[in-house]
Amino acid sequence: MAASDNPNSDLKNVTLYRVLSIIGVFVLWEIGGLVPISVAFPTFSSTMLALFEMTADGRMIRAFGETLQPLAIGVLISGGFGIAIGVGMGLNRLFQWMGEPIFVVLQASPVAALIPLITYAYGIGLTAKTVAVIILASPIIVLNTYKAVRNASPTLIQMSRSFQGTRLQEIVKVIIPNAAPVIFAGLRLGVAAGFIGVILAELLITPTGLGDIISYHRSIAEYAHMYAAVFSIIVFSAVMVGLLEKVETNYFRPEKKKGQ
Amino acid sequence: MMSSATAIRQPDEMRPLSNENIVEVRNITKYYGSDIHALDSINLGFPTGQMTTLLGPSGCGKTTLLKIVAGLLEASGGEVFVKGEPVTGPGPERAFVFQDFALLPWATVLRNVAFGLELTHKPKAEREEKARHYIAEVGLSGFEQKYPHELSGGMRQRVGLARALAVDADVLLMDEPFSAVDEQTRRKFQEDLLHLLAVEKKTVIFVTHSIEEAVYVSDQIVLLSPRPGRIHSIIRPEISRSKSPDDIRRDKNYLDTVEEIWSDLRKYLD
Repeated sequence: MAASDNPNSDLKNVTLYRVLSIIGVFVLWEIGGLVPISVAFPTFSSTMLALFEMTADGRMIRAFGETLQPLAIGVLISGGFGIAIGVGMGLNRLFQWMGEPIFVVLQASPVAALIPLITYAYGIGLTAKTVAVIILASPIIVLNTYKAVRNASPTLIQMSRSFQGTRLQEIVKVIIPNAAPVIFAGLRLGVAAGFIGVILAELLITPTGLGDIISYHRSIAEYAHMYAAVFSIIVFSAVMVGLLEKVETNYFRPEKKKGQ
Repeated sequence: MMSSATAIRQPDEMRPLSNENIVEVRNITKYYGSDIHALDSINLGFPTGQMTTLLGPSGCGKTTLLKIVAGLLEASGGEVFVKGEPVTGPGPERAFVFQDFALLPWATVLRNVAFGLELTHKPKAEREEKARHYIAEVGLSGFEQKYPHELSGGMRQRVGLARALAVDADVLLMDEPFSAVDEQTRRKFQEDLLHLLAVEKKTVIFVTHSIEEAVYVSDQIVLLSPRPGRIHSIIRPEISRSKSPDDIRRDKNYLDTVEEIWSDLRKYLD
């Protein structure tokens, strides 16, 4: 946000600092691995080698294919229904009173402890993993959406009414765009929580996909491979969150593009 | 017109609806909850083509009265007539200018100004043409593609004014439109507003707590007394608008009227 005569040079600087910060973390990681902090802590370079090896022989791609299925289904369901339920709760007192306790309790509960229970109900297949994703992702999406809609600017709503806006126009043209930044913050947190859900499910229910790579390589002490899987999850999750931010600024809050 | 300082008349209880008043309120009473009595049987006429100011200390219900006229608040009792017809909600003949601007932060100046027309489903080309016209009228040409956060407070309020003008309502309702802008901008804005209204021929109902502003811009000033809000008096400052803004601010009539209102209002401050 720093004011500068030349916004372009300012932008270049921001990118430079971001790249420097990432490189800094990798250098510290390399040093930490060389010391070594622990025998179970590989260097950055060996982790990258393992990542390359597993990508080249297709293991990584197959693993992502398996992991992304329940994740994508779960996140789509949580996002779609979550936003709909949240908007409903924000606009209607009755929905709010009925929905709030469920999602607050769900958000507060230690979901990792519930995952073994899911297997009783849904077995060990795709359904169980999808449910795990939904349980983790939906409360935060619902609650963020509901709070954002509930706290929509009263002046903007009055403005819409004063120009004869209908209730539907008020919701579509004012309340939802007004709530969009908080809804998207909820979605980003929801996607991150969904990742936790799917990895937990793969570690706790049946070892498949990335969870399988992590637990298998841990069991045979190939820590570089294990870390490579963890690293790839983090990168993928960060990219997803970044994409969501792009969707938000492009379609809902164009003014943010200029404000950065 | 310059001789008599001010003509004060007490509000009569039941004046007949007349053609000269585009808006009339009758016996408007407003309670907030069960114990706060905001307005007590207000009877008032707003003459067509004139600028009426609602003036009074904070808590006198002037914004409440304006929002009831706008149809944004429901009165606890009484009626509002616009062009002789009773109204209960917002209508196309009234447009509101908000104290804190109420601009959509995610929309450009152009879309904000056209928003009233967008809500009434005017075709895009038509509403943008109209919006561009009023953006130019309020002196913001070249800012059509800017977002509100890129504008100063005074410019944002000009956007709010252009939006209200664009829907072509007969009555403009302005709720302390200059209270959130600095003093220099405020003076310039008052001058521009008077000039613009002379061209556009609107009826304006204006809420302010500034005595100087009220006397400077108004044809008719309604002084409200607080808790519950009642009409204290109605003043018509007889000031020639043909003079320059600086001469008006030095005019004896102007200064006397300001002084008179101040001595009237100060008793409510103890």
